[in-house]
Amino acid sequence: MKYLYFPGCSLKGTGKAYEESLLAVFNALGIELREIEDWNCCGATAYMSVDEAKSYALAGRNLAIAEREDLQIVAPCSACYLVLNKTQQGLKDHPELRAKVVKALKAGGLDYKGTVQVRHPLDVLINDVGLDKIAARIKQPLTGHKFAPYYGCQIVRPYATFDDQYNPVTMNKLLAACGAQCVEYPLKTRCCGGSLTGTLPEVGLRLSYIILNEAKKRGAEAVVTVCPLCQFNLDGYQDKMASQYGRVDMPVLYFTQILGLAMGLPASELGIKRGIVSAQAVMAGR
Amino acid sequence: MPLEQKIKYESERDQDFARWITSQTGGENLRHCIQCGVCSATCPLSLYMDYTPRRLINLAREGFKKEVLSSFTIWLCASCYACRVECPKKIQVTDIMYLLKRRAIEEGVYPRRFPIPILAKEFGRMIFTWGRVNETLLVIDLFLRTNWFKFLSMTGLGINLLRTGRMSFLPDTIHRRTELRKILQALETENQKEVAK
Repeated sequence: MKYLYFPGCSLKGTGKAYEESLLAVFNALGIELREIEDWNCCGATAYMSVDEAKSYALAGRNLAIAEREDLQIVAPCSACYLVLNKTQQGLKDHPELRAKVVKALKAGGLDYKGTVQVRHPLDVLINDVGLDKIAARIKQPLTGHKFAPYYGCQIVRPYATFDDQYNPVTMNKLLAACGAQCVEYPLKTRCCGGSLTGTLPEVGLRLSYIILNEAKKRGAEAVVTVCPLCQFNLDGYQDKMASQYGRVDMPVLYFTQILGLAMGLPASELGIKRGIVSAQAVMAGR
Repeated sequence: MPLEQKIKYESERDQDFARWITSQTGGENLRHCIQCGVCSATCPLSLYMDYTPRRLINLAREGFKKEVLSSFTIWLCASCYACRVECPKKIQVTDIMYLLKRRAIEEGVYPRRFPIPILAKEFGRMIFTWGRVNETLLVIDLFLRTNWFKFLSMTGLGINLLRTGRMSFLPDTIHRRTELRKILQALETENQKEVAK
């Protein structure tokens, strides 16, 4: 199995642990991820507020470069995943916009056809690799550990490409295959506040706190996430939340880190130490 | 409290504004709204908004341009798409928020104390220069431009990020920056043509 890998800016910065654990796990499963040559920022949620056509063109450049090879894209960051899919869909639905963007990409020497498929690593693990094959690779099951599976917004909304929009279950299944238990977690797709945590902390922090506090109340020992911004908000701002709402002390890990641990990969390859809130409880006995 | 006119006369409404929204990508279904309020109920931010999403949609289609463009509501939208998925009339509320944000930036009428439009513009500038975004530099820049005092309260987070190796002070860059700029400039020319029209 071979895919083109679109890391996005976060996985090269604050979300390094996501990249490290993703590459380690995919490598151990024999899946090749080749980074898209000279990829640029997808525009995330910010650039759409500045210029519509340009933000489509930013994502379009990446898609056009990827189209040169007959491979699907794997985009682990929720914002990148959404933006790339939104661009494919938007350019399909709006011919005028498409003409404008295609023309601009031509000015840069690129040819956009809209043929490449954009996938999330969770989708690839469940549907291409398969739970049976993953279960067979579990060497150190996380028996007795309880997690809150947190999907966040943008991998299930607005497009439900591989999971249910209202009650996604793919990560629950994956964590179960790792031997872990999932707490009932009705906030699994509620917004963490996104970039508001930085821009309007009085609002953003509260949203993040709600996610963490609910996980704690339900007896989870860690929140497991699929998104670098969710991880950053939930993990990085716990000190700030503590001064306003009370301390939660909840480790926030990527699903790829949990899978890696269960597969017996060394914690040093999975970026476990990059968590600001220590994941000691999860690591007990390892 | 100064006395202000609270109700608009028919002639004071900006009907072109609503027409403009329905002509934009994502704004097409604006007039289908049945004011059921599901968007406001699902929105995790509505309790901070000056107008809930339901009210904003109504104001927008009735041509209350000034109220809509200078509202906090559009800048509080975190693009979680909960409303869009739930809307029984398939109104693309998130995309309507985006197009209103663009118009508000264009007309310079966003609420002054909100750093979000500044973040959005800075984000764009960073992409134009480097092709990628370095989160550390983006955040530092944002605080220096808006509230450097608040920046001091971020040192704890900064130290934690340094300690865990998640911070970098070098801009991350692509190789073919000229290619990217050509693409963006081609669209800039298009934009200017449209404005001239």
